[in-house]
Amino acid sequence: MLIPAPIQRLIDAFSRLPGVGPKTASRLTFYLLRAENDLAPELSQALAELRAGTAVCERCFNITVAGHQLCPICASDERQSALICVVEEPLDVIALERTGGYKGLYHVLGGALSPIEGIGPEDLKIAELVQRLQGGGVEEIIVATNPSMEGDATAMYLQQQIAPLGLRLTRLARGLPMGGDLEYADQNTLLRAIAGRQNMD
Amino acid sequence: MPREARSLRVQAIVLKHSDFGEADRLLTVYTRELGKLRAIAKGARKPRSRKGGHVEPFSDVSLQLAKGSSLYIVSQAEVKETHSILSENLVALSYASYVVELLDKFTYDEDVNPGLFRLLRDTLGRLASDADAQMVVRYYELRLLDLLGFRPELQQCLICEKRIQPEDQYFSIQKGGVLCPECGRHEPGADPISMQALKYLRHFQRSAYDEAARASLPESVKVELETLMDHYLTYLLERSLNSPRFLRQVRRDAQQAD
Repeated sequence: MLIPAPIQRLIDAFSRLPGVGPKTASRLTFYLLRAENDLAPELSQALAELRAGTAVCERCFNITVAGHQLCPICASDERQSALICVVEEPLDVIALERTGGYKGLYHVLGGALSPIEGIGPEDLKIAELVQRLQGGGVEEIIVATNPSMEGDATAMYLQQQIAPLGLRLTRLARGLPMGGDLEYADQNTLLRAIAGRQNMD
Repeated sequence: MPREARSLRVQAIVLKHSDFGEADRLLTVYTRELGKLRAIAKGARKPRSRKGGHVEPFSDVSLQLAKGSSLYIVSQAEVKETHSILSENLVALSYASYVVELLDKFTYDEDVNPGLFRLLRDTLGRLASDADAQMVVRYYELRLLDLLGFRPELQQCLICEKRIQPEDQYFSIQKGGVLCPECGRHEPGADPISMQALKYLRHFQRSAYDEAARASLPESVKVELETLMDHYLTYLLERSLNSPRFLRQVRRDAQQAD
């Protein structure tokens, strides 16, 4: 046995992380082995609390602190409850919250539809969204899935499911990014930017 | 000895993408010059990326590739055709996903087949037009099998080698073709196939697309052919495909919504 079992176990665990190969995994492991006393304990404590200390919001399926039924956004009185923004992942909520310009609620789907990977509607929180909308009190749904093939597929599916409810359904605008270069834009983006042009007043 | 070029230009269809690293995308593409390969598009997930919008699935792109240590790296990408209709119609998008998944599962990395590239490009173009998607896909399946060396025998019985008569027959997925009613009845695993369905299969197998597209298939034949091809392809691949299940669900939901 070249590598002691405890070390090999950690290497194996690291290499299951996304973007970490066997070499990176061994480097991280041996770094932890030699690092100052408090790093490894801190890390193991943080890992232990990661699952135990978090929960999923019962209404919007965003992550929240354990012991709460609703996340801080759903629980707040300051937010407009008639507006729901549908996103793929909790990280998208964080990105939108950072803008400070959105005052409605969220709904986290937990991914996007992917016909090729076999991710279907039942793998996402879509039925839960429709149920939530049927509960009433919502006027507009903003679809904020990624501008990719999977995000488009999800948006179209949501449209199909939500249209019968007769609510206002919108999708985030697609166009040219800040600091971008017109000549490097793809046709699809440019076409949408032209179609979605705005008055300069 | 000629050295392998470090940088090369290829025509490619993007089959699929997955997230890779911090902001990169790992693309699986089918190229005219090198067959299927995987390439990293660095930074493609950032909004300001110059590549992001050019390397979405189903796109017909021109890529400048650099050979990395294990994977290719996309240094430039210029989309020729994005088939934008496929991002506006969920059923068409599902058919396109099926077309791409089938090719992905049937091919190996860097096995060059320019005919297959053309078939894929043309098929995606047809799906983006208002052609009958089921027709386009059935034609694609038969051509794909031809190009990969799995052409099913549709002219004579695979056991007694007699020419097939115009009547209902049997189809054996294990043997890869038709059996006459006499032999088919005693062959385990052979399923009946209607005369009509066989007629269209033979028509697709020997005709150019424009000619094949003029046929209008009755609904019952469409259902029969879809089931038959699904069984045959799953048998050849020895594993099931993801997109047919998705396609069936989307079609059902679309019908309910109407």
